[in-house]
Amino acid sequence: MEFTEDQLQRYSRHIILPEVGGKGQRKLLHAKVFIVGAGGLGCPVGYYLAAAGVGTIGMVDNDTVELSNLQRQIAHSTKTLGIHKVDSAKATFEALNPDIKVVGIKDRISKDNIKDLIKNYDIVVDGSDNFPTRYLVNDACVMLKKPLVSGAILKFEGQVTTILPGEGHCYRCLFEEMPPPGLVPSCQEAGVIGAIPGVVGSLQAIEVVKLILGKGDVLKNTLLIYDALKTTFRRVKVPKNPHCPVCGDNPTITELRDYDAEYCRI
Amino acid sequence: MAVKVRIPTPLQRLTQGKEEVDGVSGTIMELVTDLDKRFPGIGERISEGGKVRRFVNIYVNEEDIRFLKAEDTIVKDGDEVSIVPAIAGGARQ
Repeated sequence: MEFTEDQLQRYSRHIILPEVGGKGQRKLLHAKVFIVGAGGLGCPVGYYLAAAGVGTIGMVDNDTVELSNLQRQIAHSTKTLGIHKVDSAKATFEALNPDIKVVGIKDRISKDNIKDLIKNYDIVVDGSDNFPTRYLVNDACVMLKKPLVSGAILKFEGQVTTILPGEGHCYRCLFEEMPPPGLVPSCQEAGVIGAIPGVVGSLQAIEVVKLILGKGDVLKNTLLIYDALKTTFRRVKVPKNPHCPVCGDNPTITELRDYDAEYCRI
Repeated sequence: MAVKVRIPTPLQRLTQGKEEVDGVSGTIMELVTDLDKRFPGIGERISEGGKVRRFVNIYVNEEDIRFLKAEDTIVKDGDEVSIVPAIAGGARQ
């Protein structure tokens, strides 16, 4: 594939990096990344991947844009209030970079559709806001062996980890079970500074770009914890758990389940 | 010099907003029991029946205690203990 003159200019700051070059930029243009959620995390992840020229970006979200989203969900705007978030994000990302294609899915992710949704993508990014989805996405990625870049935020704290099924830990190796409802507050109850999902989403976008390029070290077997109040980043080790119910030696979870029956939706 | 204990966001309301508190040396469960005396309620959020809850991890320095000696892991002065629960915020808020 030859670059057009516009592409050479658009991606010049990538192409001059020895770690990227023309070869790396072609990889980005051919990459397919699926993002779960077009909210606080999905917006910055998708925005930077679109700018980077990631050729196909899939996004699933069933919500419409509300005024209270705009404090942090930077792909949406006052003009897209009431519109489906995936349509709003698609318009923003494709306006930023006409090289790329955004596939928006207006649906809730479930055990019945997740495998079909992600099967044709290279990498999955989790920007969901609830535990049932988070565990469902993890289990599906382990079963389909899809790399998963997981991010989560609460108030002034963020967590990022990169799951490479077959090579490193999975989300259940990290946290075996989801907390019972009510024990961990949601952002709606707890609040969040808008730039915090920006930091965490940007970290996720960089993990994705490194995976596509095959450069650097990703957060395999590692959880990165961001404390915005203290301005600290801490890393802790996350060994692969041989007794993990989904990726261990004798898995007990061998088919997908929806976990949200006992959870009230936010 | 005591053990430094990092309190995660969801539990900071039990520590009067403190992100970091001192802990006692000994086993992890002794440390948790002592924390609960000073910050009532924190013990049951972290553990149940002498076991750390399965959606909470405890790290001594960078190591997950599940892969050390679990609740019997010994911490000493100067160690940093991090209590890290799963959090889930992201998209739909």
